[in-house]
Amino acid sequence: MILLKFLNTLGELVMYYINQIGRMGIFLFNVFVNIFKLPYYKVSNITKQIYIIGSLSIFVIIFTGAFTGMVLSLQGYNTLRKFGSEGLLGSAVALSLIRELGPVLAALMVTGRAGSAICAEIGIMRNSEQIDALECMAIDPHKYIVAPKFIATIISMPLLTAIFDVIGIFGGYLVGVTLLGANEGSYFTSMYKDVEFNDIYMGFVKSLCFGLLIVWICSAKGYFVHYERKGGFGAEGVSRVTTNAVVLTSVSILVFDYFITSFLL
Amino acid sequence: MNVEPIIQLDDVKKRFGPQQVLKGINLSIYEGKTTVIVGESGKGKSLILKHILGLIKPDSGKVLVYGKDLIKINKKDLKEIRSYFGVLFQNAALFDSMTVFDNVALPLRERTRASEEEIKKIVNEKLKLMDLEGSNEKYPAQLSGGMRKRVGLARALVLNPKIVFFDEPTTGLDVAKSNEIYRVFYRTQAKLGYTAVIVSHDVPKIFKLADYVALLHDGIIQDCLPPEDFQTSDNPFIKEFVEKTMGLIYESEEVEG
Repeated sequence: MILLKFLNTLGELVMYYINQIGRMGIFLFNVFVNIFKLPYYKVSNITKQIYIIGSLSIFVIIFTGAFTGMVLSLQGYNTLRKFGSEGLLGSAVALSLIRELGPVLAALMVTGRAGSAICAEIGIMRNSEQIDALECMAIDPHKYIVAPKFIATIISMPLLTAIFDVIGIFGGYLVGVTLLGANEGSYFTSMYKDVEFNDIYMGFVKSLCFGLLIVWICSAKGYFVHYERKGGFGAEGVSRVTTNAVVLTSVSILVFDYFITSFLL
Repeated sequence: MNVEPIIQLDDVKKRFGPQQVLKGINLSIYEGKTTVIVGESGKGKSLILKHILGLIKPDSGKVLVYGKDLIKINKKDLKEIRSYFGVLFQNAALFDSMTVFDNVALPLRERTRASEEEIKKIVNEKLKLMDLEGSNEKYPAQLSGGMRKRVGLARALVLNPKIVFFDEPTTGLDVAKSNEIYRVFYRTQAKLGYTAVIVSHDVPKIFKLADYVALLHDGIIQDCLPPEDFQTSDNPFIKEFVEKTMGLIYESEEVEG
């Protein structure tokens, strides 16, 4: 009996997740079709989303970027000094930011700030029948609600990552050169010498992929809140699905980070 | 009746988990008429509406709107059929981050090529029809329940739909407010001539508006009759429903009298 019950639950779980993956795949397809489908958007619709998702994240990005660069420099300087190669501090900070930490940390910050907001907003719209209302008015919610968020996130993410990288490099300069006394010239020269286009390309690809992951998972989770296994009703349903979305997005960012890196290296 | 119905449900069944909610719904809705679906709460009345709107797919059976089967229809045709619809949701389903004006203007902005000036004219006209002048810049959260329903109705009517669905239009409103909704309904239908499908349990008041009354009981439409015939029907469930909802409140008087 216990075995049967176990198998039953297991089967249900597997079915649920297969369904969920299918739903999210179809959702992504629908959104992409709608992004390119006429009629085109009112520009104000997209700029508003870029403002909410991108501009309002800048402060957080600057703050975390500065401190990430600073701590990298602090750790890097002390380690590099042991080998007598403080001169490489600039390239160490810049490379780790551009290739790895910039895209990942910026994406995690945007997930926390904008991803959760996207998920909660769409979830509430679903639960208060606003999405049904749109469908009944023959307005496709994929196009009207979701597509502008996709466009905005995919535009914003690389820019935010770039800001993160630049601020991080200057944070590193502040600690390494001004505070710890590394050579100013070699900080920048080593950076010029070692950072190649490929590194920037990798960071750019990562930020694009992470942007897509964030907006895809967060909006799909909100959009399908009523299909949640533990019941997606009311305020509690939305709060649970938002938490899930943020966790799932963060985990997938880290997982995809590994695979993108291994693919591009 | 030899007129073709514009909406026809044919043996529609729907199950949620272990619960068979709809056990074979057969219902026809005729052009220009007001059909009211009554029945106990939580027994699937709104679910029938959602099937007609194409929001939910039945497990089996057919939903025909203007002769087209909503289950087999492609997206484009569904969109076209939905453009004939206006829907007033149970909780009005207004977009809560938009003002009243923007809510009512949304279908015009997204579905037509009307200029802002024309939109302004049409929206103000509809809001006036609902006695809602002066609330243009308010947000749904700042409105009373009755006002919210009227905004929802204004939004539903803004594109001059052919069929309007009302999901519990008066639930949660006091008597004066619900009478007001009925008056607005009566006025707009007389003016715009749309077909109405109303889900309600506001019996007997709703009988005054109805051309046909359908009782949903035990997952089946027991019968769909004009109100007078409905009240004198021999169907045991309809009889019971009529007695329960329209009978004397003070039963003891009946016994004593």
